[in-house]
Amino acid sequence: MFREPIPGQNGETLHFPKGRLIKIMDKEILSFKQEQKKLWSILETVTDPEVPVLTVTDLGIIREVKISDDEIEVIITPTYSGCPAMDMIAANIKMALLENGYQKIKVTSVLSPAWTTDWMSLEGKRKLKEYGIAPPDPKQQVCKQELFAADEAIQCPHCNSWHTHRISEFGSTACKALYQCDDCKEPFDYFKCH
Amino acid sequence: MNDSLISYTLHLADTTLILSQKNSEWCGHGPILEQDIAITNISLDLLGQSRNFYQYAAALTGGDATEDSLAYLRKEREFKNLLLVEQPNGDWAQTILRQYLFSQFQYLLFDKLQTNKDEQIAAITTKALKETAYHVRWSSEWVIRLGDGTEESHTRMLKALDELWRYTGEMFMPAGYEKETGIDINSLKDPWLKKVKNIFDEATLILPEKVFMQEGGKKGNHTEHLGYILAELQYVQRTYPGAKW
Repeated sequence: MFREPIPGQNGETLHFPKGRLIKIMDKEILSFKQEQKKLWSILETVTDPEVPVLTVTDLGIIREVKISDDEIEVIITPTYSGCPAMDMIAANIKMALLENGYQKIKVTSVLSPAWTTDWMSLEGKRKLKEYGIAPPDPKQQVCKQELFAADEAIQCPHCNSWHTHRISEFGSTACKALYQCDDCKEPFDYFKCH
Repeated sequence: MNDSLISYTLHLADTTLILSQKNSEWCGHGPILEQDIAITNISLDLLGQSRNFYQYAAALTGGDATEDSLAYLRKEREFKNLLLVEQPNGDWAQTILRQYLFSQFQYLLFDKLQTNKDEQIAAITTKALKETAYHVRWSSEWVIRLGDGTEESHTRMLKALDELWRYTGEMFMPAGYEKETGIDINSLKDPWLKKVKNIFDEATLILPEKVFMQEGGKKGNHTEHLGYILAELQYVQRTYPGAKW
């Protein structure tokens, strides 16, 4: 699938600097940069099975995409140590790349540096809110250890009111807490900061 | 060195696995829905942490070892978990106190392990520490709520304290493999006691003194409870070896 060097259009052999990897697919010649761009755009279509509006790139769990002669390696990091969605996410990444003609794919999970909600994209936060989940607060107050700390002001994703209160520190999945709006009375999930 | 690192990693893996298993027993039985979800969320965090430790221990061990073989096929005397985490759930007070005493310790320990010279131990604990911060906060709020609650809840906390305190000393008594991995576990005792005292003061509970401390879990000498836990946890792999689904 990958070759170096490759024949140029005029029949001569083009030599590329070491480390620049070239792929021929559908007679298309992609530079390393274009290749990366293409891979990332494919990864942008893979969603989180538990929060289907978010893609894996929105979440910031794709740390690196490595391209070598015959293999694509995608480095991912889990949101939580026990996140049950990780195996499925890894499988979905493989599927998406297979569908796009890549054959040898490896998904590797690394723990360090540890994932943080700071890595979630602005677009991801916007989509979360639209979906009815309050996005993580940029100021990491809830992460502090102090007990009975004043509840952080979390905006209701439905009516935008700031009059909300925490019902439970733990919600439907490990990454969420449960809140309720005091104005529209709707309960909602808050994607807690981490 | 490698042997003691494997033992230490297994000690961390076993401790988190067994507490996860105990907490998961509350699934569908929590006092109210939100707290049922909270305790099982904590259980899931601990399970994730234990998997990370087991995977690392398996990689260090090499050969046929996998995270599953280490969790499902080792015998009671090979488990190195703390005695505290294998104690029965009892009532909600006992489960809460067990969680608090452990989480407060785990927080201090993992904070220290974040900078451990072993990169993988550092990576696993850095990740887990964020989760543990939530466990400490949640469980300490409950210790205060129950301790400084009604006469009934206070009495139950006293009973839980009487049951569990004797298993806390072991956390700070280093096993041989802990010493060899260069972790000064004893230095965590005073910071831990200080934190616990602050919470107990708020909870109108008194720090017990002069209690004989049980030990042995780290070396594989367990209370009667671990055998029952493993009988349940390992049942499928023991009955149908190699079963997959």
